[in-house]
Amino acid sequence: MNIVRTIEQRNIEMSKVYQDTMLELLETNGEVVICDADLVGAIGMTSVYNKHKDRCINMGICEANMMSAAAGMSLTGKIPFVHSLAPFAVRRLFDQLYLSGAYQKANVRVFGSDPGFWASYNGGTHTSVEDLALTRVIPNVTVLAPADAVQFQWILREIAGKYGMFYVRAARHRKLLDLYAPGSTFEIGKGVVLCEGKDVVIFAIGEMIKEALDAKEILEKSSLSVTVVDMFTIKPLDKELVRKVIQGKKVVVTAENHSIIGGLGSAVAEVMAENGSPALLSRVGIQDHFGEVGTPEYLQAKFKLKAVDIVNAVIAQMERKV
Amino acid sequence: MTQNLKLFSAEIRLATCKMLLHRGFGHLGGSLSIVETLSVLFGEVMNVRPTEPSWRDRDFFVLSKGHAAPAYYSTLALKGYFPMEMLDTLNDNGTNLPSHPDRLKVPGVDTTTGSLGQGISMAVGIAKSFKISKKDNRVFCIVGDGECNEGQVWEAFQFAAHSKLNNLIIFIDENLKQLDGFTTEILNPFDLKEKAAAFGLYAVRADGSNEKEILDAINECKEKDTTGCIILSTVKGQGIKYFEDMMSNHHVKLIGESINEMTKAIEELEAKIELMKGKSQ
Repeated sequence: MNIVRTIEQRNIEMSKVYQDTMLELLETNGEVVICDADLVGAIGMTSVYNKHKDRCINMGICEANMMSAAAGMSLTGKIPFVHSLAPFAVRRLFDQLYLSGAYQKANVRVFGSDPGFWASYNGGTHTSVEDLALTRVIPNVTVLAPADAVQFQWILREIAGKYGMFYVRAARHRKLLDLYAPGSTFEIGKGVVLCEGKDVVIFAIGEMIKEALDAKEILEKSSLSVTVVDMFTIKPLDKELVRKVIQGKKVVVTAENHSIIGGLGSAVAEVMAENGSPALLSRVGIQDHFGEVGTPEYLQAKFKLKAVDIVNAVIAQMERKV
Repeated sequence: MTQNLKLFSAEIRLATCKMLLHRGFGHLGGSLSIVETLSVLFGEVMNVRPTEPSWRDRDFFVLSKGHAAPAYYSTLALKGYFPMEMLDTLNDNGTNLPSHPDRLKVPGVDTTTGSLGQGISMAVGIAKSFKISKKDNRVFCIVGDGECNEGQVWEAFQFAAHSKLNNLIIFIDENLKQLDGFTTEILNPFDLKEKAAAFGLYAVRADGSNEKEILDAINECKEKDTTGCIILSTVKGQGIKYFEDMMSNHHVKLIGESINEMTKAIEELEAKIELMKGKSQ
């Protein structure tokens, strides 16, 4: 890993990263194919599809067929990337992902966009708070949640050259936290320690990293020093890093734009329990309920996914009598 | 051709019956209804190398109705993909011959199937991939008529026709029954040929117990500029009167009378094969 933190504000949207990187991959690797289920325009890929008509396939609103067909293509050497909104990239085609994909060791990359509160005006029907749980439970699926444009681009390039089943979740139009400088490299299965403190550790993914870093600033005013870790690989989880950084900490918090059941929070809890960790755990995430319509900002506050919620979780555990 | 393919059909049927009798249970009805189609595909039509199952220029076969694996395994063993003795390991603990085809375990199996509807989608993906690469490989896929209950089948049909995948030929095994009974009573499929045509496929009907009719239909489809869809008129349990007449013959437990009937059928098939071999010499 060669990671450089950045302070530069770039405001690059994930969909733009997807467009640029997929165009680059199409032009450098003749086996790359891209499939979508009538969301080509929605993800801003129209010009890419028009430029590479032979290897960009709009499958229509047929997500199940798209997933199995992509798996079929991969069995003949193609390197398919498929995209849909997160609920339709995972929840709707779970058996196809499981059987056509992972079970028969196919080679497909799935990009699920607008997970969690990013569903925004699409509302509860389009809100996926379970995609990490569903993909994590399938053997041999690598589950990734990039934090910024640099990491997302690195992931797309990296998984183009690897064999297996991959799930990547990211918001489409998010004005990103600029976390990593261009040229940073990562390692799948390895978390990134963003800052180190001695009292509290926050494991966060995606947009929740910004909240975690903001929470750190607030907690430091109360003389609590905080470790923040970007756990962009939910599976395989960096268990060694979890074990290492929770040592001596009083409180561990996980922060994710996902249900507290089955995602990052569960994954960290499993490692802590298996290792007999004495630290107290709080899972900041969506508390076992469905989504609804609203702006991302409204929904993030409503789901209690702000920095203040992380701070409150830490303080509640600090004050708890064990 | 006809004599050899009839002989091959009889051998596939015999091997299938023997393996199911050995195991004592299995998906008998839907295995026997596709025997003649497998015979035509693997006996004459498909460009494959049994000694080199992963040969890049091979034609691909997808058994979308994966539960008919016993007939598929018999065909592969007879072609020399693996030893005939392996057929007796069907559904053993730790076996390499599971009830549904597994591409990671069975030599010659191109795709893992069993969850209905997914095989045909894999087949369209494979065919599309060959089109993208401008390769001449063909893809053949057998779908069950019961399987056509699955909406995914129709997504795949529509995609195949839309993409003019004339390197793909689809067979619908219309044996008229699914697990719980007659297809018309469980969920009426109506006219599958008309429906396939309405989805843009080139649809023809053939007698699925007649090798020549199947072969003629395949050759007819090969001439077209879109995906061919051959509706096979078949009988569940095809070729053995006792099992054809058995109402619930999707998955059969061979106990009591059915053991005697299966043993008798095996003896008759062995005699028939001997006779055919004698005539061909």
